[in-house]
Amino acid sequence: MEHLINLFFRSIFVDNMIFAYFLGMCSYLAVSKNVKTSLGLGLAVTFVLLITVPVDYFLQTKVLGPDCLVSGVDLSYLSFILFIAVIAGITQLVEMVVEKYSPSLYSALGIFLPLIAVNCAIMGASLFMQQRILMDPDSTQSIVSVWDSIAYAIGSGLGWTLAIVSMGAIREKMEYCNVPKPLQGLGITFITVGLMAMAMLCFSGLKF
Amino acid sequence: MALFSKQNKEIFCNPLNLDNPIMVQVLGICSSLAVTSLLKPAIVMGLAVTIITAFSNVIIAAIRNTIPNRIRIIVQLVVVAALVTIVSQILKAVAYDVSVQLSVYVGLIITNCILMGRLEAFAMTNKPWPSFLDGVGNGLGYALILVIVGALREFVGRGSLLGFQLIPQSAYDAGYMNNGMMTMSAMALILLGCVIWVHRAYFYKEK
Repeated sequence: MEHLINLFFRSIFVDNMIFAYFLGMCSYLAVSKNVKTSLGLGLAVTFVLLITVPVDYFLQTKVLGPDCLVSGVDLSYLSFILFIAVIAGITQLVEMVVEKYSPSLYSALGIFLPLIAVNCAIMGASLFMQQRILMDPDSTQSIVSVWDSIAYAIGSGLGWTLAIVSMGAIREKMEYCNVPKPLQGLGITFITVGLMAMAMLCFSGLKF
Repeated sequence: MALFSKQNKEIFCNPLNLDNPIMVQVLGICSSLAVTSLLKPAIVMGLAVTIITAFSNVIIAAIRNTIPNRIRIIVQLVVVAALVTIVSQILKAVAYDVSVQLSVYVGLIITNCILMGRLEAFAMTNKPWPSFLDGVGNGLGYALILVIVGALREFVGRGSLLGFQLIPQSAYDAGYMNNGMMTMSAMALILLGCVIWVHRAYFYKEK
């Protein structure tokens, strides 16, 4: 239990997808113009993560890993293709659900909903999970069971949501600021994210 | 159409400056930041993306008329994933230490927006040869930014380039210190923001 809580909080604050690994930057920069859409996309990403990471965990440990299907055969080089197929399928599913139950969110997210399939955060979480299976089981980052992978997925998703919602709030305020012309838009956004990332570094010494 | 007609030259050169994938099209940001703390992985990553963009553009452009429109994203993803798998296996065999440094970011080339963006915007509607040039151009435009940020971070953060110590020991003895901030990930974002600032101020003209 302690390990689960550790992993959960670590993936929100210390191993934050945006601030520590820059994953999912493209949609992060494009969608974070206000809080409402940011929250919607953040939750959609969390949901997709919650399904894909455990599914990919099963694939990795039961199908792809060394000696899983046929003894002596290591299929992990197929992981890129299999993971991306799982992610694309589940994104399609989420898109249909959102379209049915929340048309306003669907139109607000627009092209970025199908683009969750190529959101680096999702693929990145699966690949990090694959790496962490091989880690020393005593380390706080290791993923040794399916529950660990679920905690990691929710933590990463919430960390991403936290990042995009706070960015959305800052950008809402920044509308009224007098930014130098060439720095407007992309430039100042990058510098803001950089400063936020620096602030998040203070969590790195934290032990839960 | 000549192989290097004026139009093709534009396709190749525009992404290097006026239509740079990172600074203007805002594609492929994720991987550009994480691999730039040293110059060597930045160069390798830039080359890998160039090769994969070029060849996936050619493959998709060659089969573009046979792909049903509804499943094109999946087809594109499979082509890209296959190419990335090949490149990652080659990297592991040839340059193992670099592939360890790049860790998951090689796999993340699959979800690099430059690839999908160029496939959708260019390769789906153009012949293979211009698509190849477009892929190489965009890949090099991406590599250019990676190299600028990577070189700055390695030089200021460690006083070296490609592992060679450039700032002499006597400078350290005289009180010079490496800026440890530069090796942290947050500085990559701020540096990239400054690169974009300079680019917008001096080179890029709003249409």
